[in-house]
Amino acid sequence: MAGKSLFDKVWDEHVVVPETADNPAVFYIDLHIIHEVTTPQAFNMLRETGMQVRRPDLVLATMDHSTPTVPVNDMGAGLDAVSDPEPAEQIRQMIRNCEEFGIELHGFGSRHRGIVHVIGPEIGATQPGKTIVCGDSHSSTHGAFGALGFGIGTTEVGHVLATQCLLQRKPKSMTVNISGKLQPGVSAKDIILALIGKIGVDGGTGHVIEYRGETVRGLNMEERMTICNMSIEAGARAGMIAPDATTIDYLRGREQAPQGKAWDGAVARWLRLASDDDACFDKEVHLDVSQLEPQVTYGTNPGMVVPVSKPIPDTDSVSFRKAVKYMQVEPAKPMLGTKVDVVFVGSCTNSRITDLRSVANLLKGRHVAPGVRMLIVPGSESVKRQAEQEGLHKIFSAAGAEWREAGCSMCLGMNSDKLGQGELCVSTSNRNFEGRQGPGGRTVLASPETAAASAIAGVIADPRTLLH
Amino acid sequence: MEKLSQFTSPTVVLPIDDVDTDQIIPARFLTTTTRQGIGKALFADWRYDRTGKAIADFVLNQPNAANSKILVAGRNFGCGSSREHAPWALHDYGFRAVVSTEIADIFRNNSLKNGLIPVIVDSSTHQWLLENPGADVSIDVDACELRLSTGKVASFPIDRFARHCILEGIDQTGFLLKNQDAITEFESSRPWQP
Repeated sequence: MAGKSLFDKVWDEHVVVPETADNPAVFYIDLHIIHEVTTPQAFNMLRETGMQVRRPDLVLATMDHSTPTVPVNDMGAGLDAVSDPEPAEQIRQMIRNCEEFGIELHGFGSRHRGIVHVIGPEIGATQPGKTIVCGDSHSSTHGAFGALGFGIGTTEVGHVLATQCLLQRKPKSMTVNISGKLQPGVSAKDIILALIGKIGVDGGTGHVIEYRGETVRGLNMEERMTICNMSIEAGARAGMIAPDATTIDYLRGREQAPQGKAWDGAVARWLRLASDDDACFDKEVHLDVSQLEPQVTYGTNPGMVVPVSKPIPDTDSVSFRKAVKYMQVEPAKPMLGTKVDVVFVGSCTNSRITDLRSVANLLKGRHVAPGVRMLIVPGSESVKRQAEQEGLHKIFSAAGAEWREAGCSMCLGMNSDKLGQGELCVSTSNRNFEGRQGPGGRTVLASPETAAASAIAGVIADPRTLLH
Repeated sequence: MEKLSQFTSPTVVLPIDDVDTDQIIPARFLTTTTRQGIGKALFADWRYDRTGKAIADFVLNQPNAANSKILVAGRNFGCGSSREHAPWALHDYGFRAVVSTEIADIFRNNSLKNGLIPVIVDSSTHQWLLENPGADVSIDVDACELRLSTGKVASFPIDRFARHCILEGIDQTGFLLKNQDAITEFESSRPWQP
């Protein structure tokens, strides 16, 4: 019999009732992260059917998607002054829902508030071997720790609130082996963009990806999170990386990580999760990143991506024609040198302290180009505090960038951080879908380094020119 | 959930690949705390111009679209975000099935819980559907079959449990609740606690 993969091991440990031809498995969830946008209808369902939340202690609640990124003084008139009425009501309803169902909420005023996929890891709630879900597709981020994290809909949010379980059939498995040493100026974001370009936005559909290989072993946790985060952009159900010394060093001493004797036991258990040598996968992909260039998207999905200096394709497909028309880019020409209106640094993909340090490193002693608006939005209150302790905010302000409060912000334009009609934004976020950052807005996905270089140049730029 | 077993309807065809859930319903409409009336926001940015006027050549603005129950779309429909608002909007508009060669995982799961049938067909059936917009098509959930007016029958995969729930109009939560004892037993017998 073949050995087990990391995914098999985590999966098997959480099956409450096995699946049959007639029924899916009853599958246990260890951590349920909730936010204001995809939960109101689930709480309504609980209320209408008289149900309680089964395990409020396994729920991590915060507010991030539709929250303002300017300071909010209070939840009444203070919120109304900086938010549209509908998101303000959604935020207030989240507060009421958590109070009514006995869930601790990391809302405004909490030192832990932030983007769902940023705060789980930083407080140590995200741990190897856990099953983690959230009504948000980027729940795949938590896989960086060897957890199984995946996005669910609001009906399923209701299922987890009521029973701490989901009905699931086991997805297929896929391994992505990454080899080669990254060149200076090239980062984890470039790896995942290149992978999506290679396998397509549906290349992982129906599968859970495990990222393996020497390159992955050499990445820090923030870089691993960036890669796992965008697994969903390749259509995958989840992305995972086996826990190792890097994972353990990151978690040690974090607030919700096990302490003392329990820590030693947990570490021993976590290190047994790695895939067995003879584990089998349904699909296998190799990616050599030794010659990888910084990547930028040119179209309207993350698979429409090219190296920054190379020309974009030229094909007759309806989707390609529609995309280049929307993006106002020329087939067979490179993206390098394209005029930029806005630069957004943030989102659950690239808003962590290491991302902000990379941006600060390039902005130091330089200035954002005239006419370019640069928005830097930390992933959490904790990232914000850390950045300010290191003085990064002063570098950003001196360079002419806006330093904001934590949240999802312009990744999806649910608050007032939106692109104007036709504006082009180099963004460190994860989706370049039409209108994602505001109706008529044009998004070019890139690494924090490429975003910073483009802000300085006022056009899409190669960050490698700013090194040395 | 309403019971759904068999229906016939002219199709609406959207021949675009990789239609993401941000197009199906843009994020600015996710600030609602209910699910009523959400069909108005379906494909909002393709359906209306900046002034809110209907864009005449978009399929949903053409005659008969409002009477259709079946949307035929390009490959990899529903990719992107996990928002259940996407199937809610399609269902509220009147659709009961989405047909493609490939449908994204989370969207597919969400659709099955809301009486919207994700129908995955072979590429020749798909091609015929793309080339014949407005054709009458029948969908039989019980038999897992899509039938064309040409007499051609294409079978489609659908999870047996989800199909049972759709045919009977049952909410899946009930099945989970019946397993409460097994869940309690699981929680107390684990070698480690989360």
